[in-house]
Amino acid sequence: MTAPIEVSGSEAEAQPDAVLAGMERKAIQGRSLGQIAWLRLKRDKVALSGGAFVLLLIFLSLPGVTGLVAGWLGSPPNDFHQNLIDPTLGGPLEPLGGISAEHIFGLEPINGRDLFSRVLYGARVSLLIGVLATMVSVVIGTVMGITAGYFGGWVDTLIARTMDVFLAFPLVLFAISLVGVIPRDLFGLTGNNLRIAILVFIIGFFNWPYIGRIIRGQTMSLREREFVDAARSMGARNSTILFKEILPNLVAPVLVYATLLIPTNILFEAALSFLGVGINPPDPSWGGMLSQATELYSVAPHFVIVPGLAIFVTVLAFNLFGDGLRDALDPRAR
Amino acid sequence: MKSPKVVASTAAGLVALSLGLSACGGGDDDNGGGSGDAKFDAGSTGIVNASTQKGGTLKMAQPDDFDSLDPADMYYAYALNFARLYSRNLLTYTSKPGDAGTAMSPDLAEGLGVPSDGSKTWTYKLKRGMKYEDGTEIKAQDIKYAVARTFDRSVLHNGPSYFTQLLDAEGYKGPFKDKNLDNFKGVETPDDYTVVFKLKAPFSEFDYVVGFSGQTAPVPAAKDTGARYGMHPVSSGPYKLEGDYQAKKGGVWVRNPNWDPATDPNRKALPDRIEVQSGLKADEIDNRLEKGDVHVDLPGSGVQAAARQRILTNPKLKANADNPLAGFHWYIPINVKTIPNLECRKAIVYAADRSAMYRAYGGEVGGEVSTSIQPPNVAGREKGTDLYTKADPNFTGDPTQAKAALAKCGKPNGFSTTMVFRSDRPKEKATAEALKQSLDKVGIKLELQGFPSGTYTNEQFGSPKFVAKNNVGLGTYGWAPDWNTGYGYLQPISDGKAIVDTGNANPEELNDPAVNKMWNDVVSVQDPAARAKTYNEIDHKIREQAAILPNVYAKSLLFRPANLTNVYFHAGYGMYDYVNLGVKG
Repeated sequence: MTAPIEVSGSEAEAQPDAVLAGMERKAIQGRSLGQIAWLRLKRDKVALSGGAFVLLLIFLSLPGVTGLVAGWLGSPPNDFHQNLIDPTLGGPLEPLGGISAEHIFGLEPINGRDLFSRVLYGARVSLLIGVLATMVSVVIGTVMGITAGYFGGWVDTLIARTMDVFLAFPLVLFAISLVGVIPRDLFGLTGNNLRIAILVFIIGFFNWPYIGRIIRGQTMSLREREFVDAARSMGARNSTILFKEILPNLVAPVLVYATLLIPTNILFEAALSFLGVGINPPDPSWGGMLSQATELYSVAPHFVIVPGLAIFVTVLAFNLFGDGLRDALDPRAR
Repeated sequence: MKSPKVVASTAAGLVALSLGLSACGGGDDDNGGGSGDAKFDAGSTGIVNASTQKGGTLKMAQPDDFDSLDPADMYYAYALNFARLYSRNLLTYTSKPGDAGTAMSPDLAEGLGVPSDGSKTWTYKLKRGMKYEDGTEIKAQDIKYAVARTFDRSVLHNGPSYFTQLLDAEGYKGPFKDKNLDNFKGVETPDDYTVVFKLKAPFSEFDYVVGFSGQTAPVPAAKDTGARYGMHPVSSGPYKLEGDYQAKKGGVWVRNPNWDPATDPNRKALPDRIEVQSGLKADEIDNRLEKGDVHVDLPGSGVQAAARQRILTNPKLKANADNPLAGFHWYIPINVKTIPNLECRKAIVYAADRSAMYRAYGGEVGGEVSTSIQPPNVAGREKGTDLYTKADPNFTGDPTQAKAALAKCGKPNGFSTTMVFRSDRPKEKATAEALKQSLDKVGIKLELQGFPSGTYTNEQFGSPKFVAKNNVGLGTYGWAPDWNTGYGYLQPISDGKAIVDTGNANPEELNDPAVNKMWNDVVSVQDPAARAKTYNEIDHKIREQAAILPNVYAKSLLFRPANLTNVYFHAGYGMYDYVNLGVKG
């Protein structure tokens, strides 16, 4: 996983130099932390293009939109076009992976399914799992981290050791064995919805210690700060201090870390699909496509390139955006 | 036996087969240095580069490793094939191309087994003067000991367990726990050169049990190190290990001067030295095969996708490749408990797009569209007739008939069921997707579920409990017999007795009283032709019940480097015959 991000709590109250410099000429204008961050982010074109790509991807994955676009630029993701495939070698008959006006990314070997619409539908799975798993990690990690950091003592020891246990957990092996034993329906879910839920659980539930450790460190430094002392001396209860004083100061690191965790989780989902414990066919997923492609790369190299590129570009976009966001929220971390 | 890529279930295995073609190659080995008659598929039916020239080093490689080198503790077909280089059995498969290779031939024994007491007692006489690598003579007691040790599954757990099941030695624990061999009553040795097997019940195909595995290879009791015997098995064959075998690395075999070729018509033993390298990547093995740096890809299941592409698109390489039927039939069991109505099962068979399923296995190089359950290599197998489907590479299913069957079944709008497959096998995934696509058209909804092949045949499709709980109606499956008769092929997959809780090889769960009765009766029938007739009837009944949707008989694509001599596809093992290969230059 990624290294902890240094985000100093002092940023929350101090007015950055750039803003102070501008105050001499213009009338003093009150700006919130969010406004300041947005001003900085706007100047970061790389981060913005990453963000734009992410938004586009989310838009394309909306129910309704995917089918529309796939129908417009491709054909339904599960339709076979075996007349365009060499029966013995398995590759598309036409050169360049069968790229044509009807199949703009070419055809999948053997079945001849349209790669464009499969990549598009695959994005849904990747995003859904990446985002949901991240949310699970963030929620658990924040709660555990803030508790451990604020209360210290035996609570801290207990939670910190629990994190160590989780970090040492052989996650991939666990995932493989779990998928083998889950029943057909669980909690009212069946089929691929259940598989997605399981993947979200595995990825999300076992990755929280990474974010938990960061939050714990942040909380430990925050709780010694003057404003916390002030609140305490005025008689604020623990819950007030946690929610009103400390949590708002943790929003920045949580946001940044979440943005950077999403691509990691997308890759993890791809890795699990690659190992055969991802979602079930015929629904496409990027990792599943890649896994199949490794068998067939010599027959149809484009079959590796298309989903591989999709993963690469998406992960890159999330990372660029996450980096930009971190810089905007905390210029000293540059 | 097992093939490395395709581990079937515990009790069962697979092996190989032969071609339905005649044995045209024969044994004409007298044209010396190799004739250069390399032609695509020539080695499937005859001998390529026939040679009697001795010398040279034969280099073999494998991506993984043998299950063991102990001939009694292995089940992979390629391991059993290889083990004959350093061990001899009572009987072994005949060293001939074509169908002749599936017949048993005497090895240590003077002749095939002599049955008496209604096939309950089988007697074998040993040839005289055969020796181990240390010069001591091989005696009948050594074979009794070798069979006795297979009774201890805690020491030898990889090999077949036929002797434990068939021999009349109830309660015997094996010589590691019970040092007194006289307590083992399953085998008797009236003198030093006679071995008598005592069976619990008549079993007319006992010669195959004796010959297909390495479990009758003699083991000198004094040299037996139990589970560690596989590090250095004592040779009774033409080669002996030089030093110990190194797991995951390999080993070297050199000539055994105490082996007498005069007693051994099945082994030519041409090279002076045999080197085995384990742990080489499969694609790397293919590359080296093409260059001739490695002569044999040990697993014998065929080249990888990259090499396949190169070979099929390059006529020069293609001339050095063979494309034999590999012994497997990849078929789709339809569970008769999940889908109890015959008409509903027929609807599945009618609707199946055989063309797409055939393409999933790689078209004409990957397999042959199947009719009967028994593949063509099985002795006495009849092609049979298509019942509700068509064995035609262009047949895409018959939705009209399927709909009619659905109406008769009382489900005119179709039904839903689960189909399982091995998620790490792209061909099975493609098969499942093709079937889902074609059944969708008639309203039969398949939910596809993939499972790792490591657990599939034991805990998912091989577990009737799992199948029932998860509404599994069908799945991908494949089978190759331990030996090439209808009994070896069909009994484990269709006898009601064969249904077990885990590792079930009868996932269609066919438990038909008529079929079961035929299985009970056929084991006492002496005439192989009469037995084959029964097997064909059972084959027909399974398809009539629509309990199995036939798919493809697998073909493998094997590459033989130009400097490999005396190469032919051996139908008994489903790969080249390793004891007769030689090398040029």
